[in-house]
Amino acid sequence: MATQAQEKKSVIIKFAGDSGDGMQLTGGLFTDDTAFTGSDLSTFPDFPAEIRAPIGTLAGVSGFQLHFGSQRIFTPGDRFDVLVAMNAAALKSNLKMVKKGGTVILSEDGFDSKNLRLAKYEETQNPLEDDTLEGYEVLKIQVTKMTRESIGESPLGTKERDRCKNMFVLGFLLWRYSRSLDTTLKFLNAKFKSKPDILDANIKALQAGYNLADTMELASDRYTVAPAELEKGSYRSINGNDAIVLGLIVASKKLGIPLFYGSYPITPASSILHGLSKHKNFGVRTFQAEDEIAAVASAIGASYGGNLGVTGTSGPGLALKGEAMGLAVMLEMPLVVIDVQRGGPSTGLPTKTEQSDLLQAMYGRNGECPLPIVSCSRPSDCFEAAMEACRIAVQHMTPVLLLSDGYIANGAEPWRYPKASDMPEMKVEFAKQNGEANQFMPYQRDEKLARPWAIPGTPGLLHRIGGIEKEDVTGNISYDAANHEHMVKTRERKVELIANYIPEQKIESGHESGDVLLLGWGSTYGVCESVTHILTEMGHKVGHAHLRYLRPFPANLEAMMRGFKTVVIPEINNGQLVKIIRDKFLLPAVPFNKIQGTPIAHEELFEFILNLVDKG
Amino acid sequence: MAIESNPSGIPYTLKAKDFATDQDVRWCPGCGDYSILKQVQTTLADLGKLPHETVFVSGIGCSSRFPYYMETYGMHSIHGRAPAFASGLKIANPNLSVWVITGDGDALSIGGNHFMHLLRRNFDLNFLLFNNQIYGLTKGQYSPTSEEHKKTPSTPFGSIDHPVNPIALALGCDATFVARTMDRDPKHMKDMLQQADAHRGTSFIELYQNCNIFNDGAFEVFTEKDSKPDTTLILEQGKPLVFGKEGEKGVRLDGFTPQVVDLNTGGFTKDDLWVHDNTDHVKAGILARFFDNPSANPDALPRPFGVFYRTERPSYEAQLHEQLDAIKGSMGEGDLDKLIAGSSTWQIG
Repeated sequence: MATQAQEKKSVIIKFAGDSGDGMQLTGGLFTDDTAFTGSDLSTFPDFPAEIRAPIGTLAGVSGFQLHFGSQRIFTPGDRFDVLVAMNAAALKSNLKMVKKGGTVILSEDGFDSKNLRLAKYEETQNPLEDDTLEGYEVLKIQVTKMTRESIGESPLGTKERDRCKNMFVLGFLLWRYSRSLDTTLKFLNAKFKSKPDILDANIKALQAGYNLADTMELASDRYTVAPAELEKGSYRSINGNDAIVLGLIVASKKLGIPLFYGSYPITPASSILHGLSKHKNFGVRTFQAEDEIAAVASAIGASYGGNLGVTGTSGPGLALKGEAMGLAVMLEMPLVVIDVQRGGPSTGLPTKTEQSDLLQAMYGRNGECPLPIVSCSRPSDCFEAAMEACRIAVQHMTPVLLLSDGYIANGAEPWRYPKASDMPEMKVEFAKQNGEANQFMPYQRDEKLARPWAIPGTPGLLHRIGGIEKEDVTGNISYDAANHEHMVKTRERKVELIANYIPEQKIESGHESGDVLLLGWGSTYGVCESVTHILTEMGHKVGHAHLRYLRPFPANLEAMMRGFKTVVIPEINNGQLVKIIRDKFLLPAVPFNKIQGTPIAHEELFEFILNLVDKG
Repeated sequence: MAIESNPSGIPYTLKAKDFATDQDVRWCPGCGDYSILKQVQTTLADLGKLPHETVFVSGIGCSSRFPYYMETYGMHSIHGRAPAFASGLKIANPNLSVWVITGDGDALSIGGNHFMHLLRRNFDLNFLLFNNQIYGLTKGQYSPTSEEHKKTPSTPFGSIDHPVNPIALALGCDATFVARTMDRDPKHMKDMLQQADAHRGTSFIELYQNCNIFNDGAFEVFTEKDSKPDTTLILEQGKPLVFGKEGEKGVRLDGFTPQVVDLNTGGFTKDDLWVHDNTDHVKAGILARFFDNPSANPDALPRPFGVFYRTERPSYEAQLHEQLDAIKGSMGEGDLDKLIAGSSTWQIG
């Protein structure tokens, strides 16, 4: 232990292995430990759609990327300082993303002839023996062999012993970054409380990895990362879907109405259903419906009965929900539809991220069918965004779309969490009889153009609603031509008026006016921030604004955009917000697009913007 | 029989007409839906239902206009999905008396999936399937219950679709109350509606309903005075299966095979007949298969009307709320601050 630890400002580690190697758990535990040290961090889990693709293949590689540091961390990072590769396939698919001179930690047992063949290396090629790894710091460890040996006497079979390989690797890395084993031991003790043999094996493997790093001359380098200067307060780690769960529950409690969540399992939205179903002591009603349509329909039915009706899905499911969302627009009924976007079209890339449902959200229903759209910009932001979606739905009597994506849903970051009492109060009132019994006018509107929420069971308010066009005020069926136009315009106006009830758009960072405005929405938040920070430090007149409200836009957005020479809209799609901005404001916004199922890298956006400002 | 107060003791004097709205009823003159509307309004009045605690939820189709004519709460939803809207509504408020109104296309074609799941979950509501064996609102195409070879605008050379048997399907979905009635027998319909309402769980009633525009006379053989006695079998609990103008015919079981016998000449007495037991799922399944068309096959078994099957099973919403209460009991009312903080936190500064 004589080694003097070297201080690092930030580190990017990628854990990569077979789907069955437990890389998500390893990454998650290392992240938890990192958070406790006070680093800022951002993660990016990246896994295949298949639950267990054939072992050892390129298709089966599962990865977990962690970026942590003593400075503000906005993204999971582009290129890795350290790659942990549990087999040949993991090395092959990740090596190109390792920084020159970076460290590659290899599990040697994962490079036998079978693994090399499955990773599609040439017949005679072995990356451990040729020049593939030249220019990197390479640490070869016999992880499987040493894990088995470390466990020693145990009733566990070989397969179960080998499952502890990830703990061996975790132990190794914890030593390397000057950590103790305390947090991980606490976790293991809780997780395997009732399985003493498995607990014992995992602890032994963890300690063996830790001790190996301590004694292994090769790995004598040890690093520390100082705590980041984060705002004072209580922190926890949170991913996007968990934050949505919390936001929905808090909204329901603030509103004083029970939360109903109807959903059909779909990647990457399912964990919202899992999360909510754990919290029934908050009165949460979860309903795993028979399909996407029943999920949204049940949520509308629950809203009709006075609950906060919410449904969640991903792109293909949103397509199926379209007709029912149209009904909610006609019924003018509160409803929150969460779309955790993924690569499309059709089944597309279920486990990869994309922002390609914006146009579907905006226009993807029959008829003139406007509804408000709220979006989440990062994991912790999902909490407030979900609350906002609920607030708008009940106060404006409208279905609301909440857009998240796979990157936000699965990625985690430290969150300075609030107290429930710090969150704004939200009010909702059901209609009561006010006048003669059953002369109720279901489409009489208030100043927001919202109609009353009259729930069955209330005496004196008998009325019928439905999807056929209705006469304003009375709600009776009407095929009258002028009434239809009036109602179409009224529903549109109702949504537009929400602009008066949302905050003005702010500049997140950089300049309030100048050369380039980075106008983002959703999960490009981190990369827009990091690029803006650097360019402003370099003296460029760049600003970053990030839209939470996509429909309606904040009232000051146009003025803000016109304060910059160029508006650049980075999106993980083929250019969707940019179309809407051009259409609405006749403004020549510039698209920056990436459609590879992965977040936009800092480097690529930085160069693009730098080019623009250099050209002036 | 009108009752004078509802179960909570509120004086109650509503008549059938009090359940009618001021909207013009827009079904074609002569449509079987009128009879059903009248019987439902009468039944609700007779049962002392409170209009504000009653909700009609429908899908799309002629029958699904029903809620607009009921002076209660109502939702005319989208095609085939009424069961899903009703499910969410019952979870939100289990105390409501919910009536799902649907047709053969709405429930069995576009909404077939929801039909199955509603029945197996057993939400406590009444499900009225208006079966006219045709698509009315889209002008006369064949439906999933239409007979084979039917010529319609979409099948000018005859349909090759094999029809679904709604009663057998409902039994297959483990429905807890399965009955059939017809628009032309108001007394029987009212009896079925009352029994359905008394049942806790999803009460499924198939109503034969004449579409006099696109499929007139589809059920004539069962509804007309001349043929009805020989083609229909009225199921009565604990009574032998007897039919015919003079009650001269009966059904007995030879093993699992139903057999029509002549009580005058066949050497059998009423004591030999199958006695209806609507708690017997196996026998209900056999009755459901009394499905041949007597117009096409003179040896067809008579078509049963009445309650095929009933059983008790806790409703979905009752179990959901029991679970919520039990969890609140064991874990205590949730604490928002603890929820937000989660299990693992750290301090900075």
